[in-house]
Amino acid sequence: MSRLLQALFGRLPIGWLQLTHNRTRFAAALAGVAFANVLVFVQLGIMNAMGTATLKPYTFFQADLMISAGDANALSEGGNVARQWLLQAMADPDVADGVGLFVGNVPWDRGDKDISLTTFGVDPAKPGFMVPDIAADLGLLEVQDAALLDRLARGIGKEEAAAIRPQTPLSFETQGRTVTAYASFTGGGGFGGDGYMLVSDQTFLSLFPARTSTAPDHILLALRPGAAPEAVIARLRALISDPSLRIRSFAEAGQEDLRYQQTRRPTGIIFGFGVLIGVLVGLVIVYQVLSTDVADHLREYATFKAMGYGPRFFLGIVLEEALVLGLFGFVPGLIVGTTILTVMGKITTLPLAMTPAMAIGVFLGTLLFSSLSGTIATRRLAAADPADLF
Amino acid sequence: MDPDTLVDVRGLNHWFGSGEARKQALFEVSFSLTRGSFTALMGPSGSGKTTVLTLVGCLRAVQDGSVRLLDHELNGATEAGLVALRQRLGFIFQGHNLHESLTATQNVMMGVQVRRGVPDPLARQAASHALGLVGLADRAGYLPANLSGGQKQRVAVARALVGNPALVLADEPTAALDKDSAAEVVDLLKRMGRARGTTTLLVTHDNRILDRADRILTLQDGRIARDEAPRG
Repeated sequence: MSRLLQALFGRLPIGWLQLTHNRTRFAAALAGVAFANVLVFVQLGIMNAMGTATLKPYTFFQADLMISAGDANALSEGGNVARQWLLQAMADPDVADGVGLFVGNVPWDRGDKDISLTTFGVDPAKPGFMVPDIAADLGLLEVQDAALLDRLARGIGKEEAAAIRPQTPLSFETQGRTVTAYASFTGGGGFGGDGYMLVSDQTFLSLFPARTSTAPDHILLALRPGAAPEAVIARLRALISDPSLRIRSFAEAGQEDLRYQQTRRPTGIIFGFGVLIGVLVGLVIVYQVLSTDVADHLREYATFKAMGYGPRFFLGIVLEEALVLGLFGFVPGLIVGTTILTVMGKITTLPLAMTPAMAIGVFLGTLLFSSLSGTIATRRLAAADPADLF
Repeated sequence: MDPDTLVDVRGLNHWFGSGEARKQALFEVSFSLTRGSFTALMGPSGSGKTTVLTLVGCLRAVQDGSVRLLDHELNGATEAGLVALRQRLGFIFQGHNLHESLTATQNVMMGVQVRRGVPDPLARQAASHALGLVGLADRAGYLPANLSGGQKQRVAVARALVGNPALVLADEPTAALDKDSAAEVVDLLKRMGRARGTTTLLVTHDNRILDRADRILTLQDGRIARDEAPRG
């Protein structure tokens, strides 16, 4: 390593030699940087999982536009939309089809624990609004109290989920009714529920007697091929007399939901602060290590100053140390962070995973903030007055 | 200035502190050092020896008077100019000040690499050669912690001389050494200085080494009290 750095810098790798001279302190410093990395990885992993989980239900549907209530910041939040606006929207020449989407949570007493399923009520006669995998089984929902069940839902065993077929359905009691799952689809536990369930709009209204068919949670619209979504949205805004309604593309609705979860919901803000705290902890640890190191070698630095070494040389040494700490601290941080996210993902069934983007981002961030700490630590070098050596 | 003169100090005054605490440390100090000379600077504590050393060594700004070093006037010189001049000097400190994480060779290499553009193999070769000259070829890979006091000071001498400096400034280099080691270090300094034409200004309290100097300057209360050749 020493030879590699020597070739890289074209001078003695003093930073590396200084850091590795006291191996115990070097190991402690690396552990500190790795700890900060783990903090950031875990928080970022949770934030990413929240993003993936938020967007997951949007992947069940195929639609071009979505009409929601003004306060519907998320798919399962906010008020209802009057069905009359669906009929109004269908009057637009570029709107090919439309459907009401009902959303609610149902509990399932599993004996050892209760789980909560985010349930979507859809029109089984309109498979075009579902992704092909789900659309293929949508006809099964024509039967009253039939359901498609999330095979990755938290609290449902893999074997139990895999056995769900029309020949071997799974029945359970919820909301005072017996619901029978005839097929399954891929969802996964999220932050708002343990998994998902799809039922017909009629079954949904049976499960939620207080809801009416005239007021779905959202309206999904499919446009004719070649239609310009922005132009249709503008026309619908003029056509629909309720200005509080949110009319946007389906993709934009997902992104708005994501931004809402990350920036306005307490969980998103907390995880965001978690990342910030991890970065600050890393910054403080690297600064502390480097400033202590500078203080410990003040006399040597003063000697180098006396010999005619300039500020760039000292900045180079401290930055070299910062980069060594950042690089060598990152590797164990990545290993531990990946392990923790994998274990947490298995326990919670949240989509927690180390992604290449996360790893690269944290790596670059570690180098950046280590360098920043190093630059701040060089201020202590001003105390190294060579005249004091005599 | 005589072309043989390397350092020319004229009417040098220096103060420390400010306001009522301002205290004059040097009073009209004048002397010159010729190339290749070996001069001991003596005097009691507080007499101004170290101040003279730091001013001639470009480690402090000259406040009043003139210090010409290597044909450069230090009074009014910029910080960058002082740093550039320091690269042409060799320093030996009382505490040797070797870098604890660097081997003897690496410590000596620092005396060469201060000049940009010196390739690493060349610096290593020069350092090995310098260590050989001070009799430490077999200790080249040792860290300072594994060297004796005398050996450390010899490494410091090698570091100061490896870049062929025009002037070596040494501050009590023998203070922490026993008699034999002290004599060895001073002889080494003098021998190598003479071989390379290096001028040496050595601050010392150590009477054991005075007879080895070409000239002894004695400072008293910030003034040159005596300028003489050693007796005997």
